[in-house]
Amino acid sequence: MQTTSDEVLIARIAGGDRLAMQVLFARHHVRVYRFVLRLVRNEATAEDLISEVFLDVWRQAGKFEGRSAVSTWMLSIARFKALSALRRKPEQELDEETAEKIEDQADNPEVALAKKDKAAVLRQALSKLSNEHREVVDLVYYHEKSVEEVAEIVGIPEATVKTRMFYARKKLSEVLKEQGIDRGWP
Amino acid sequence: MNTKNKETEHDEIENLLPWHAAGTLGRRDAQRVEEALANDPELARRFEMVREELGETILLNETLGAPSGRAMEKLFAKIDAEPARKQAMSFNLTTRVAGFFSSLSPRTLAYAGSAAVLAILLQAGIIATVMMKETKTSGYETASAPTTAPGVGAFTLIRFAPQASSDDITKFLEANRLQVAAGPMAGGLYKVRIGMAGLPKSEIETIVKKLQQDKVVGFIANVE
Repeated sequence: MQTTSDEVLIARIAGGDRLAMQVLFARHHVRVYRFVLRLVRNEATAEDLISEVFLDVWRQAGKFEGRSAVSTWMLSIARFKALSALRRKPEQELDEETAEKIEDQADNPEVALAKKDKAAVLRQALSKLSNEHREVVDLVYYHEKSVEEVAEIVGIPEATVKTRMFYARKKLSEVLKEQGIDRGWP
Repeated sequence: MNTKNKETEHDEIENLLPWHAAGTLGRRDAQRVEEALANDPELARRFEMVREELGETILLNETLGAPSGRAMEKLFAKIDAEPARKQAMSFNLTTRVAGFFSSLSPRTLAYAGSAAVLAILLQAGIIATVMMKETKTSGYETASAPTTAPGVGAFTLIRFAPQASSDDITKFLEANRLQVAAGPMAGGLYKVRIGMAGLPKSEIETIVKKLQQDKVVGFIANVE
């Protein structure tokens, strides 16, 4: 099981094993980076933050109690770091290239053409969700987190996780409808 | 069951669809959803919508790319600056290698295998350069060779064959008197010490050629 081996790595990291740290980093850093990047929307900031996240893992490994999956614990740390960074730089400038990748909202001819492709429109709609909605959608769909795990990462009750996911999907339908795609739901 | 209860049950099931699509529901809830889907065509249609969202969310995230090597360099520079910590219990090489490979899930091994095939050709050169730099600096400490400076000796880069078991790898390392000095790195590569002292290039090439014949070795490259 992936979870068990992550826990073994954390135990070794707690004892100062740098190789275990390398393995853990290699295994998780891309997903942690993408999670952070979707929140802060700046590649350089996201890169800086993941080294901070993993440094916290190095420092706090001895305190990890195994109540949740290691990846859930790391995403909690990552979220906290990302939100703190956003608070420090509320007017943070978006990296233009990243912004284009993340949020392709420009209604130029290419985009108009892409709109004929339902999948592309859906991706565009996903990018238009608020941070709060995008976060829960990413955690559920991309990071494969259960209701309980999302609740732990975001720090909200499980019932709220389900409600937030419902409203995120509802908003998605609304955006799609504006783009001419009626899903007949909700 | 009265109408209100049925509605509540229906709403509850519908709220679980995203997690069912992602495969993260418990067995009991998954079974409830499966039964509802089998008996409710409208719910099944909505589930298809959820599956589309799932697929496009994954695609969207995958297009975000990955961080540069700077992130790892920065992390280990910070770790280097941390106060020294008591080392983990030392294991002998056999135990550590066997333990490490047995701790990987089949899915992880499969990912590592397929990703390595694509990544290795592009990254081997870069990694070799990094390794050369590493041998000149302090390098990362590894528990596999606690009594030997990590940069001392003759090395190769090896990616083990995906089908090789931990036993195969352990026997291979022992039979050839090899030590894992670092890894796994990008592309599933390991830096393996083939000699305690530096060796002439011709001798390294002979050793690499011999090791290459072993079925455990998926890829091997010189580290000059």
